Amino acid sequence: MEPFAKLTSKVVVLSQANIDTDQIIPARFLTTTTREGLGDLAFYDWRYEDDGSAKPEAILNRIDPSEHRILLGGPNFACGSSREHAPWALLDYGFRAIISTEIADIFTSNALKNGLLPIVVSQDVWDDLAQNQDQPVSIDLENNQIQRGNAAPVGFKVEAFARQCMLDGVDTLGWLLAKDTQIAAFETTRNDTAPQRTAP
Amino acid sequence: MSNTQPQTLYEKVWQRHVVVAETQSTPGVMYVDLHLVHEVTSPQAFAELDARGLKVRRPDRTFATLDHSTPTLPSGPDGKLPYVTEQARKQVETLEANTKRHGIELAGWDSDQRGVVHVMGPELGLTQPGMTVVCGDSHTATHGAFGALAFGIGTSEVGYTLATQCLIQRKAKTLRVTVNGQLQNGVSGKDVALAIIATIGFGGGTGYVIEYAGEAIRSLDMEGRMTLCNMSIEAGARAGMIAPDEKTIEWLRGRRFAPADYEAAARDWLSLASDEGAVFDKEVTLDGAQIRPMATWGTTPDAAIPVGEAAPQPQSESDAKALAYMGFTAGQATTSEKVDVVFVGSCTNGRLSDMRITASVLKGRKVADGVRMLVVPGSEAVRKQAEAEGLHTIVTAAGAEWRIPGCSMCIAMNGDVVGEGQLCVSTSNRNFEGRQGKGARTILASPATAAASAIAGHLATAEEIA
Ligand code: SF4
Repeated sequence: MEPFAKLTSKVVVLSQANIDTDQIIPARFLTTTTREGLGDLAFYDWRYEDDGSAKPEAILNRIDPSEHRILLGGPNFACGSSREHAPWALLDYGFRAIISTEIADIFTSNALKNGLLPIVVSQDVWDDLAQNQDQPVSIDLENNQIQRGNAAPVGFKVEAFARQCMLDGVDTLGWLLAKDTQIAAFETTRNDTAPQRTAP
Repeated sequence: MSNTQPQTLYEKVWQRHVVVAETQSTPGVMYVDLHLVHEVTSPQAFAELDARGLKVRRPDRTFATLDHSTPTLPSGPDGKLPYVTEQARKQVETLEANTKRHGIELAGWDSDQRGVVHVMGPELGLTQPGMTVVCGDSHTATHGAFGALAFGIGTSEVGYTLATQCLIQRKAKTLRVTVNGQLQNGVSGKDVALAIIATIGFGGGTGYVIEYAGEAIRSLDMEGRMTLCNMSIEAGARAGMIAPDEKTIEWLRGRRFAPADYEAAARDWLSLASDEGAVFDKEVTLDGAQIRPMATWGTTPDAAIPVGEAAPQPQSESDAKALAYMGFTAGQATTSEKVDVVFVGSCTNGRLSDMRITASVLKGRKVADGVRMLVVPGSEAVRKQAEAEGLHTIVTAAGAEWRIPGCSMCIAMNGDVVGEGQLCVSTSNRNFEGRQGKGARTILASPATAAASAIAGHLATAEEIA
């Protein structure tokens, strides 16, 4: 995972409410067994016609993803399924941060594990960013602040541990694996309610 | 006298699974009792394990099935299963190989225990009260009907669980939804679920674990409770739970993985109920007697109204867009629109009681001209029992299709799709744009309402066609 410290970028606004994971990546593309190359499938039905030709009017086909690393999404962003394909697709498309007034739980957890930063802001801040979408926005994870132009910086919260992992660019599996002694102790001392299983 | 604070059901289950307690700067480490695995969200997790040279820590606490990308039609004359694409076949074969290599039991094609993951788990008694249950699927909350703490995880977490049998978690807030009073005849767990989501809103449960309580909830049978907990995620909640009671104990008794000392386990399970005086972060109360058969008019599950009521005036741009997508007009009853497809199945409503109610509505009747109806049992066990009761002949005699178990039109990734622009009354859990196929328009409803709509050719309750 790529470390995340500071990011300054233009913003893409997708303002509708409840942009669900089926919009972000339709279920018919979930038969993949890898996590690569999903950026082309991000918002597929918003971007492509049935015959696979690109819709020229679709905003995500008009911008240069390398210059637009921040997605400003409508409320209840990424609700729906637990598919990690959603953050994979958004990252592969080019996004590094999502800003919304409300972001779904499972998506938040999935996004953080992949280096995609979900940021929840108040409606006022959201409106301000949307109204000034031509101005670049700076996200400073070290100081938990967003800044636009000369406007006063706005603070945001990210769960402390996930934040540290993002800053360091480390994934959490290594941290969990290091808890092996505690896990083993738990397994031997707990009052076990495990399912009674026959050998596989 | 105990000096401990009164605890909620969630807090009790949570506390039993803390391996390392959370601090300000680090989340807690939570032990996972049961990890259910399916073909869609696991391949990248197994690949990660392989890349790091890791083993599955507890294959005996892991159980896999094939359900999402699997065809629901039998093999053709060439003996080959009709997968929608080669990639779907490969995905299934990848799970077959991964489970074999890691010694994980798979209810595969040759098993009479295969089923949609959240139908299969409880059926085998894998799911038990007080457990933590996770699966790479957002409807894992289903298992909360047994008083388990069950929630959906992403693929990275599937990998963590395979490798360490643990997850990093922060404690959630608690929300108690109390449904008082008696439910009217013909009102099912699905109607209760839709009524609750319409009340708290499609994000209203974000950050919370819901406990469902009250007389109306207690009156639901285990299958109705599973349907209700299943849809907790549609209110944004991490999980939904119901305290174990006598119904829970009777339902699990004798199942394949039920504990050997069942009475001792049962006593323990009954102690999980929220203590008197336990405090919830938020409380919502509904009157169960007011709930009627529900159906959705929009493209989010909270857009639910009693069947027959007019679609509401849009309150926002999103509402207006949803109405336009569905082809409904504000102020017009959604029952006037012709239905093209009816789907009965999924982990929400693919259980035996759902098959029975569907057959009871279809019995001696015909599916309306121009309506395609699919009935897909949630598991091989459901299929077997339904067929033993002759339900499949009632379904086919009515002109509907009786299929092989799988997720089918719930997620429409196996080739069972609703055509562009078609209107489908579905017993599944999501009515998002394109969920059942590109441009598909979905109305969520109970099995009774779905079956009645198939007969009527438009959205209707079972009472109306009786
Ligand atoms: S039936 Fe639908 S919701 Fe349930 S596991 Fe399958 S795809 Fe997920």
